[in-house]
Amino acid sequence: MSQLAEYTICFLLLLGGAFTLVGAIGLARLPDFFTRLHGPTKATTLGVGAIMLSSVIYFSSQGESIGISEILITVFLFMTAPVSANILAKAAMHIGVKTAENTEGQPWEQ
Amino acid sequence: MIDTVLYLTIGMVTLAALLNVYRLIKGPDAPDRVLALDTLYINAIALIILLGITLGTRMYLESALLIAVMGFVGTVALAKYLKRGSVIE
Amino acid sequence: MLDRLSFPQPWLSLILFLTWQLLSEGVSGGSVVMGIVLAWAIPQITHGFWPERPAFISPWRMPAYLLRVIKDIIVASFQVAKLILSPRQPRPVFVCYPLELEHPLAISILASTISLTPGTVSADISDDNKLLLVHALDAASDEEVIDAIRTRYEKPLLEMFQ
Repeated sequence: MSQLAEYTICFLLLLGGAFTLVGAIGLARLPDFFTRLHGPTKATTLGVGAIMLSSVIYFSSQGESIGISEILITVFLFMTAPVSANILAKAAMHIGVKTAENTEGQPWEQ
Repeated sequence: MIDTVLYLTIGMVTLAALLNVYRLIKGPDAPDRVLALDTLYINAIALIILLGITLGTRMYLESALLIAVMGFVGTVALAKYLKRGSVIE
Repeated sequence: MLDRLSFPQPWLSLILFLTWQLLSEGVSGGSVVMGIVLAWAIPQITHGFWPERPAFISPWRMPAYLLRVIKDIIVASFQVAKLILSPRQPRPVFVCYPLELEHPLAISILASTISLTPGTVSADISDDNKLLLVHALDAASDEEVIDAIRTRYEKPLLEMFQ
């Protein structure tokens, strides 16, 4: 394996792990449901994307074919993350989840 | 070098999964728990990919793909249940 | 009977066919036949769910838009990460965003983009498709959020769809 590929894989792995961890920290410590929604939809999705990319580079540097499955999973995750965030936000508004006290504006219910 | 980084990353993702479980148990509302489950399955996919790199095999990618599809359907079904009280209308 | 054999949505059929080839690890006779069957059957079954034909005017602008969104996702993730790790509490805002787009597909693309980029999640849309409720994680004012979305994402989508 070339030196460059090795460094790229290490960088992407650390980046992915760090983003996944940051997403989970956001989920654990932010004050209300709507702010918690932000961590998983962005940080975790990007973290898993970076880990997938490192997997693609790792296996192609081993002389195997380009990993199609990884790319498919990444595209799928990026397509579904906003949809699940949106539908969860709708469910939360329907139930009437409390928002943090310093939130400006109101969620509406129709 | 890759081995060390790999174990470090697995540690980070595991810690992330534990934090998700904390949110899953603590709640306080049902949407929070569903969100924690949603994040948990994405973390499970990351762990599977990392396991695949560690063992040098691509066999596990199929299961990661299945978890991605089923997890999304599960999240949507749960959110729909919270909103409407039934999954299929 | 014969018009049943057509492909009412050629783009959807093409994407389904290509995805099946990628999933089946290697193109073979069987996967091509199965791909064609799926590319024909799935648009037929889901026909009723599509409100109308997607009206792409200039699809060649799509790659530039996608590149911008990917760049923004990466930048946004660093911002959100910084915000999550900093000790101060964020100032969340609910913003009503007045839509200029009219096509349902364009609105759903915009909503997905908003959910994936800078500290914003689209939460709901009003019944008449005129207002989008956006939740921002940390914003100084409503106008800031509205301006950012309008110039960065809605303008290119307007050029693409209208």
